[in-house]
Order: sequence, then C-alpha cells, then structure tokens
Amino acid sequence: MSADNSMLVLIGLSVITAATPLVYAAIGELVVEKSGVLNLGVEGMMLGGAVGGFAVAHLSGSALLGVLAGMLSGMLLSLLFAFLTLHLRSSQVATGLALTLFGIGLSALLGQPLIGVAYEGIPTYAIPVLRDIPVLGTLLFEHDLMVYGSILLVVAVSFFLRSTRAGLILRAVGDSPEAAHALGYRVILVRYLATLFGGACAGLSGCYLSMAYAPMWAENLSAGRGWIALALVVFATWQPSRLLFGAYLFGGITILQLHAQAIGINVPSQLMSMLPYIATIIVLVLISRDRGRIRKNAPASIGQAFHPTK
Amino acid sequence: MVVALNSVHWPVATVTPLFMSSIQTDEPRTALVAMHKISKAYPGCLANDAVNLMIHQGQIHALLGENGAGKSTLVKILYGLLQADSGYVEWQGARVSISSPAVARELGIALVFQHFSLFESLSVLENIALGMAVPATQNLKQNIIDVSQRYGLPLDPDRQVYTLSVGERQRIEIVRCLLQEPKLLIMDEPTSVLTPQEVNDLFVTLKRLASEGVAILYISHKLNEIKALCSEATILRGGKHVATADPQQRSTHELASLMMGDELLIPQRQEHAIEDSVLLQLNNVSRTTSEQHGVPLHNIELQVHAGEIVGIAGVAGNGQDELLQVISGEHRSSDADSVSINGEGVGVLAPGARRELGLCCVPEERLGHAAVPSMSLVENAFLTAHHRIPMRTAGLFSLKKSARFAEKVIEQFNVQCNGSGAVASSLSGGNLQKFIVGREIEQQPLVFVVSQPTWGVDAGAASAIHTALQQMASRGAAVLVISQDIDELMLISHRIAALCAGRLSNTYSTTSVSVQEVGVLMGGGSIADGAVA
Repeated sequence: MSADNSMLVLIGLSVITAATPLVYAAIGELVVEKSGVLNLGVEGMMLGGAVGGFAVAHLSGSALLGVLAGMLSGMLLSLLFAFLTLHLRSSQVATGLALTLFGIGLSALLGQPLIGVAYEGIPTYAIPVLRDIPVLGTLLFEHDLMVYGSILLVVAVSFFLRSTRAGLILRAVGDSPEAAHALGYRVILVRYLATLFGGACAGLSGCYLSMAYAPMWAENLSAGRGWIALALVVFATWQPSRLLFGAYLFGGITILQLHAQAIGINVPSQLMSMLPYIATIIVLVLISRDRGRIRKNAPASIGQAFHPTK
Repeated sequence: MVVALNSVHWPVATVTPLFMSSIQTDEPRTALVAMHKISKAYPGCLANDAVNLMIHQGQIHALLGENGAGKSTLVKILYGLLQADSGYVEWQGARVSISSPAVARELGIALVFQHFSLFESLSVLENIALGMAVPATQNLKQNIIDVSQRYGLPLDPDRQVYTLSVGERQRIEIVRCLLQEPKLLIMDEPTSVLTPQEVNDLFVTLKRLASEGVAILYISHKLNEIKALCSEATILRGGKHVATADPQQRSTHELASLMMGDELLIPQRQEHAIEDSVLLQLNNVSRTTSEQHGVPLHNIELQVHAGEIVGIAGVAGNGQDELLQVISGEHRSSDADSVSINGEGVGVLAPGARRELGLCCVPEERLGHAAVPSMSLVENAFLTAHHRIPMRTAGLFSLKKSARFAEKVIEQFNVQCNGSGAVASSLSGGNLQKFIVGREIEQQPLVFVVSQPTWGVDAGAASAIHTALQQMASRGAAVLVISQDIDELMLISHRIAALCAGRLSNTYSTTSVSVQEVGVLMGGGSIADGAVA
C-alpha cells in the first residue's frame, strides 16, 4: 500500500467514524419529526447517552452493556420530553432547548468522576473475506458493529416509513394529527413511541462518541453535533437516503477541517466549522423554491401540540 | 338543479332483494340503529339533551338543525369520537357501546367528515389504506378503481392529495367509506364545499347506495337538498329533539320553522334608488399568477354604484380569489387607475390605505385569511378595523376601545361565542363568519366586497347576513358579492355577472335574467344581449 493510499484510507476511516454519530442522532430525529414532534434536545440526549454508556461500560467492562445503557439514558431523557410536551402540552421548542441545557449540565455533573478514565473503545469487527480487498477492505469492512448498525438502521427506517403500515400511520400522524385521531389512531401513543425511538438513537449516537470516537469522557463531548444532526434532517428533506448522504458529507467536512491545515489548505478553522450550517441554509433556500417538494416530505404538523378533545 | 334528479331512473336490477322485502313487510322493522335519550354536556352548554334518533336500512335519513343545534355532537357520539353522558345506542336491536371509531367501523358505520380528515402529503391510496380496518394493500388499488367506477366517483389512487380539488377530496372520503361496505354511511354537511354539478353527482351516488340497502344519515341545514334526497328527517334545535318529520310531506317553510323555532325572516330584494355615482370601478384589470393553481385575470371591467349590490357568480377556482386580491390590495397593480374607489385611483395602494378610503373586504377563507385562528376576537377586530374606527390611544393599541368594538359586533350580529376574548378558532364556522362580516359592516364602508358570505352558514345566520348587506346598500354603500350560490345572488343583488376562467361576463339585471341563463354565463357561454344592464 502506497503512502498516498494509506493517507486516503486514514481520512476515509475518520470520515466514517465522524459520520456515524451524526447518522444515529439524525435518523432518530427524522422519525421523531415525521410524527410531528420537534425535539430540539438532541444535543442533551446525546450527552446523556455518552455519559451513561461510558460509565456502565467502564464499570461493567462490557461494551454491549455500555451501549444498552447509553440507549436507555437517551430514552429516559426523551421520556421526560415526551411527558412534558405530549401530556402536559408544553411548547416543544422551549422544552427541547431546556432538555439540551439540562443534558449538558446533568452529564457534566454525573461525568465528574469519569474524566481522565481510560477506555479501550468498542472492539472492531472485520468482515472475513471482504476485509482482504485492497484499500476498500480496510476502509469499509473493518469497523465496530455500531458503524454497520448505523447503515442498517437507516435502511430499516427507510423501509419502515415507506413500506409498512405502522410507518404510514406515523407519517399520517405527522401530517395531520386531527385527521389521524378522527380515524381512530392513537396520536399521543404514536408520538410517544417516535420520541422514545429518537431518544434511543440520540443515546446511541452519544455513546458512540464516548466509547468509540473519542473514546473517553469529557464535558460537552458532543460539541454541537446534536445541532448538526437537527440541521441534517432538514438538509435531507426528511428522506433517510439523503440523510445518510448528508451525514457523510457533514462528517467529511468535520474531518476536512481537522486535516485541512495538515494538507496545506489555509482556511480558518472557524470557517470550516460553519460549513455544515451554511450547506443547510443553502439547501433550505433551494428546496423552498419548490413548494410541492416541501409539502410532499415535510411533516405538516411539526412542532404543534395536539389536543385530542378539540 | 336538484329537480333534475327526479328524472334519473334507477334500473330495477340494482334494487336488492333486501330492500324489496323491507318495503313489503308492514310490521315494524327493527331499526338499523336507534339512539335513545342521548345527552352530552360541555362546560357551559348542553349540546345534546335526551335526543332520539332512529334509522332504518336503505333509508336516507336527514339530521336537520342550525349550527350549534347539536348535530355534530350527536354524530360524534354515534361514531365513537365522543362518549354520551347518558342514554344508549342500539344496533340492529342489540345494545352496543361505541367506545371508539374502530368499534363503530366494526359495526359497519362509516363517516364522511365535513372537514375532510385527509393527509395532504400522502397519496390517495395511502389515505384510503389508513381508513381501512383491515389492511388489504395488495388489492386495494384495484378495489379503489372498481368502486370509484361503479359509483361514478373517478379517482386516481396515485395522486398526492394536496394536488386535488375539494370535490375530488370528498370522493376519497366516500370511496374510503364504501370500501368498508358500510351498513350506515354518515355524511356531515357534504355539499357545503361542492359545486352544483358535484352536488348532482353526489346525490346520484347516494340514491344508488340507498337502493342497495345502505342506510344514510345525511346532515345538513339545506332544506332543498333534504327535500330532494331524504325520506325522513330528525330535527334538532338547541340540543333538543324537536320533531321527526317526512320532508316530502312538509313544506320548506314548515321545516325551516321547526329548525329555527321562531318564524324565519326571508329577505326580499330591496328596491331603492341606486345613485349614479360609481363607488367601485375596475378598469381593464388583468393579472398573471405565479401560483400553481392560480387563475390569471383577463381585462375585467366592472362598475358598482352607490346603493347597489352586484353579484359575481362562478364555480370556485375561476379567479374569485385573484379578483378579490386585486380589489383588496393584496395584489397591487402598477396602474393606479385599474381600481378606483369613489373616483380615486387606488391600484398601487396597499390594503390599509384602501381601507382608509372606505373599502372593506371579506375574503372567502375565514380561518387564516379573514381571521387569525389563534388570536382573540378583540385582536382580530383590531386587525382590520383600526383603519376606520378609533382604536388607539396615543398611537398605541387600546384594548378597551377594541374590545368595545368587538363586543358591539358580537351583539349586533348575534355571534355565539365565549365572550370577546375567545380565540377565533374556537368559534363554529357560521358564528365566525357572522363576526367577520359584522366586523366589516360595523365599519360602515363606502365599498364592501365579500366572497362567499354565507358559505357553510345556517339559514338563520345567512338571512341575517343578507339583511345586513341590503341595509348597507340602502344606506348608500356599493356592495360586491362574490358567491357560488346563484340563489343567494339572485335574491339580494341588483345586477349579476359571472366569472369563468378569469374572464368576467357582461352584467345583467337580476330582474331580467334567469338562473339558467346565469348558469350558462358561469360555464363561459353568452346569452342574448337584450338583458345587458
């Protein structure tokens, strides 16, 4: 393997690890938003998952238990959000922001004893035979299970939304909860389940950061990735396949910003960290030109509280 | 046009044996559904007070009542969306508890909603699949095509709902219901959004269904429809069951007085002097439109004199919205003289400036255009009235003055609401319409333009609105009424024209033109020029 190739493989690998947490967080939020709920607390839930997963993995020594704990932590935080917004009908935007602030604070508090603790990371699993393909083998088939899992999850969500009856009901609830209620569907229950799924995904995203990407715990470990995930959902116009593409694009930009100076591109790093957001704004402007596309994919009732008695 | 239905002959073959036997037996049949002493109270109002309702198989049964009479509440209880406080329901003689819409569907009850419960971003097929108890996606597409052909309800299963017209949307609801092979089909004010032709088609479908043994509960306040369609009517007033009558045996007037309680005030066309001065003038108005379903306007010429009511007939979607926007100022022209109010060219002015010159407008869509749904009636009153009514103190919004104005409107127009602080979306359609029309009338405009003034409004409120329009004209205002309801236009307006595909016909005196002739104009045809006014 030439030096050039190994450099490219290294960058490729780091793009994949940078993209994976975005995939998890964004695909979860996509499902949440498709049900008509806007949960801005992704960042908070990610941090909850990160600290929960890391702590359990460290204490038990089991990566699997850690991942489960991370998922559960995200779900617990999203349960709080769901209870406040769906049962008590508080504002989704305000509650989501509060959840982010709460998650940042809580994870910092709980994570105090974990700072500086070493963890070897989630073991990688190389797929036999395929791993021996030159260049691509190392790049694509020598990852931890969570990387493969993220791709499978996107495929599964895409199939679920498009081809299953439950997915259709979820989209219907997001499009018009009143109409779904009138047809006898349980809007609040559907939204609860979607929100919990989003929480679980954000938790997975968080524990991937603390257990595989870093792997360590530091305060505010997610460093704004939750917000990028939120932007990604809009960027992808609520379509899972585009979301996957967007996550790798944004992941690539993140890595580029780290490697740019090393490669010799002299662009201020602040400018590079703006890129995902600038890309989202440009995409928003572009898709806003076509009303039909927005109406077709955007959940019409997003962010609105639902009163079943009205 | 309802009369035309009588000439439709039903092939004997479509009458099922079930239906025949039901005619031949004289002994009382068990009703398909019987609701006994249903009561339901909301905070501050008894929506249903011991109401009885009995429907037989193959019967088209009318549920008649004004807005707020409790029709919708009763239907929601029957469909399991609400639970009655007391009373019970019998289905084919057996007592049942309809705890949810799923239970209702299980029994064979299907409901076509007044406000369609459709999902805009989903396809016709997906919408229908969502309404089916048992998913049968394999053959569903073919079933949709079969049913829609059989009952004359053309539908493309793959279209996205947001691209469809109102009539097509209703077809989705009906097909969705028919696919469940219901025993009882409930239609909640199905014609309020349909064009006359679509109403005709719907009636043909409903009669065919009834002849096949399906019971239909038809909810409406339009008496001519009920007389044309129904064999029995249950009449509600103020939440109480006042009568069960045969609409064929009763006159429209009798039914109306049962429904309204006191004698119905039917406005007569008012003959008063129309002055020569032109208060509203449109000069060769043309506009293009950038919206997907917009209609461009072509060379529209119109004059409305002081004291005159001019009606513009036309099927929805022929440029009514675009015309209203041109007059109100929501769409501005570069030519000041394209629109004149009281001789002054206002084509380039914004809506507020036009209001200050004496123009008041009521657009068609009540919630979201004429009123902000989440704002109170006081705030909604301020939004249009502050140009003409003093509502500010030292330049700032005065809650006191606005509330006084809103309360005056509520009182003058008998708006049923929970005080002037109620949010607009909490009012029923008819009451909100009374408030919106009243809000503009109370500003004593020089020129008043209103679109679909009585759309979805009950007979009592409609006659109140008609009377108010006439009073305004008799005080010397110029009134322009845009409506789909020809009867309404013929009743109140002095001159009438029709809008078709963005072109306005000549105007004719309503005393010298017939409804049929206006129908021709609505279709874009022309009639002998003798009647040009």
